[in-house]
Amino acid sequence: MTDMHHPSSTPAFLEVDDLTVRFPTRDGVVQAVTGLSYKVELGKTLGIVGESGSGKSVSSLAVMGLHDLERTDITGSIKVEGQEVVGLSENRMRKLRGNAVSMIFQDPLTALHPFFTIGDQIVEGYKAHHSGVSKKTARAKAVEMLERVGIPQPNRRVDDYPHQFSGGMRQRAMIAMSLVNDPKLIIADEPTTALDVTVQAQILDLLQELQRDFGSAIVIITHDLGVVAEMADEVLVMYGGRCVEHGGGKEVLTHPEMPYTAGLLSSVPDLVGDPRERLHPIPGTPPSLLSPPRGCAFNPRCGYTHLVPGEMCTRELPPLESGGRGSAHLKRCHLTDSGTVLAEQLPVYAGTAMDPGEPAGPTAEPDPTPKENAGE
Amino acid sequence: MFGYLLRRVISGILVLLAVSFVLFTVFAKGPAQPALAYCSKGVCTAEQLDIIERNLGLDQPLLQQYGTYIKGVVAGREINSGTLSLDCNVPCLGYSFKKFEMVTPFLLDRFPATLSIALGASVVFLTVGVAVGVISARNRGKPLDRGLQGFTMLATAIPYYLVALLAFLFLVSKWGLFPTTEYVAPFAESFSGWFKGMLLAWLVLGLFYTTAYVRYSRGSMVEALNEDYVRTARAKGLTDRRVALKHALRAALVPVVTIFGLDFATILAGTIFTERIFNIQGIGLEALQSIGQQDLPVISATVLIAATFVVVSNIVVDVAYAALDPRVRL
Repeated sequence: MTDMHHPSSTPAFLEVDDLTVRFPTRDGVVQAVTGLSYKVELGKTLGIVGESGSGKSVSSLAVMGLHDLERTDITGSIKVEGQEVVGLSENRMRKLRGNAVSMIFQDPLTALHPFFTIGDQIVEGYKAHHSGVSKKTARAKAVEMLERVGIPQPNRRVDDYPHQFSGGMRQRAMIAMSLVNDPKLIIADEPTTALDVTVQAQILDLLQELQRDFGSAIVIITHDLGVVAEMADEVLVMYGGRCVEHGGGKEVLTHPEMPYTAGLLSSVPDLVGDPRERLHPIPGTPPSLLSPPRGCAFNPRCGYTHLVPGEMCTRELPPLESGGRGSAHLKRCHLTDSGTVLAEQLPVYAGTAMDPGEPAGPTAEPDPTPKENAGE
Repeated sequence: MFGYLLRRVISGILVLLAVSFVLFTVFAKGPAQPALAYCSKGVCTAEQLDIIERNLGLDQPLLQQYGTYIKGVVAGREINSGTLSLDCNVPCLGYSFKKFEMVTPFLLDRFPATLSIALGASVVFLTVGVAVGVISARNRGKPLDRGLQGFTMLATAIPYYLVALLAFLFLVSKWGLFPTTEYVAPFAESFSGWFKGMLLAWLVLGLFYTTAYVRYSRGSMVEALNEDYVRTARAKGLTDRRVALKHALRAALVPVVTIFGLDFATILAGTIFTERIFNIQGIGLEALQSIGQQDLPVISATVLIAATFVVVSNIVVDVAYAALDPRVRL
């Protein structure tokens, strides 16, 4: 697969190259992730967007080495700080997990153990990577972490059980737990999906604040484009286990070049738009990963295949290549000049929902010319 | 917590009252003529029957008889059998005219043997059952797991009394690999004698229950291992062993404890086959003999004791639940 061209000189902390994850099952091989490549630098945030079953979580679990290797085939390369993780022994992998690389899970109610106190669960992660730490030090560390993530009266709350915390507090505790060893890479798998909207923003702010303080790299997995708009320096859109669009955060959200991304954008309600305006859901269902469609995986749901000559969409998988907006914005689509076509066909999405601060009307111009966004 | 326990104890007492009343009615009004049990060789003239019934108070209204019985359980009573009058102390469960003994002290005397069987067997099936279940769950889908599952299925299919009988016949009688099974009082007599005498009964009953506990604990362990919090624990960098034995097992034990509470009560109420085959003088054996002799006071006493164990174990299980799971508030 085409590798992402990175002009930046800092070596990336996480480098995923041609990652393929397959699950052999009785019914056949589930092609969960195919040929995925990306890099994340320290201090930067990559948003991975896609529907359920698009491979976004599977690829991140592979980075953590959390797949059951007896039921999973992983090929390609995942380098954490230059160290190859694919094929690494369980013992060495365990030293990375929760230490240099840590993960924040979606639903803190189920992701935290109901029978152990918040403090116990934080301490356990700390002790796993700091042998010979006294109970007192470990507990002090847990209190410090809870305070750091904004839990009031951390001294007292450290002995509470997860069910005694509210949803937002639980996610804060989860974040405290995953940050206890100062990870350089944080993988947040739908960190706000299970939370109230008002709490979502607080959690995202907290993550950004912690990232500024610790300088960590963040991979945030979400289906929520609002989260991406708020957090991500770079966006990777996944569909059917493959990357279908990859580029700068704002760039991809305002100038999508792949019909699927455009579809995602126009299915988001627009806060400032006309409330009577109908949403535009993407028709159809996500592809089967057991027997993906021939050609482009999105072709059965795509409204633009008729614009591509020679039935290319159903015959040939489009390569991931740069479209009309420079080498930093890649798309997997046969459609020529797809950015312009999509902007014309779907004026609803362009530059609206993503930035409620700006009025919707004037900026909604389908003109792909502005140069300040294109390329780096 | 206190209010909850109080409510549970009261409802438990109500259950026991209901059980004892049904039992009492069935025995008084049922096809078996209770007085007949007190005739020598089961043959009485109508006149003799009348005398016995009057002496036993069987001629009185049912509710009054029941009242006398319950009063005896909570406060003790005097039992008249025409010629002699006996003091029956709390909890009075009646007098056996077959054995010419008070039922309560007599069953209390048999209880340690049954308790010994229940405790020893529980240790066997809890440790072996849960350990094998956990091993099986951690290797799920692999040949080891399939082998263990197949073996437990097979073992469950064989009737218990057959296993027990064959074990006794071969291991004790024929090959002499185990000492003769018997109950020896562990503290009053000999501890090692007690251990030796009970060993085979523990192993056979314990291993029989083990098959069920392998299935329970494997099932709940597989479920626990799939929980999100187990993945979180692995993501922290803990060893697989610690994840399984601390995080998953702790959750997996909760349903096992519930089933154990009821099983333990059932075993305590009398392991008839075990006591009969291994010749251990416990409550189960007495229940069996009293049924054969139509010794009604003993039969009702064993039934009432069994019901009491089930009621008590249910309360204990609930308390254990609250101790295991901080989300449960009593």
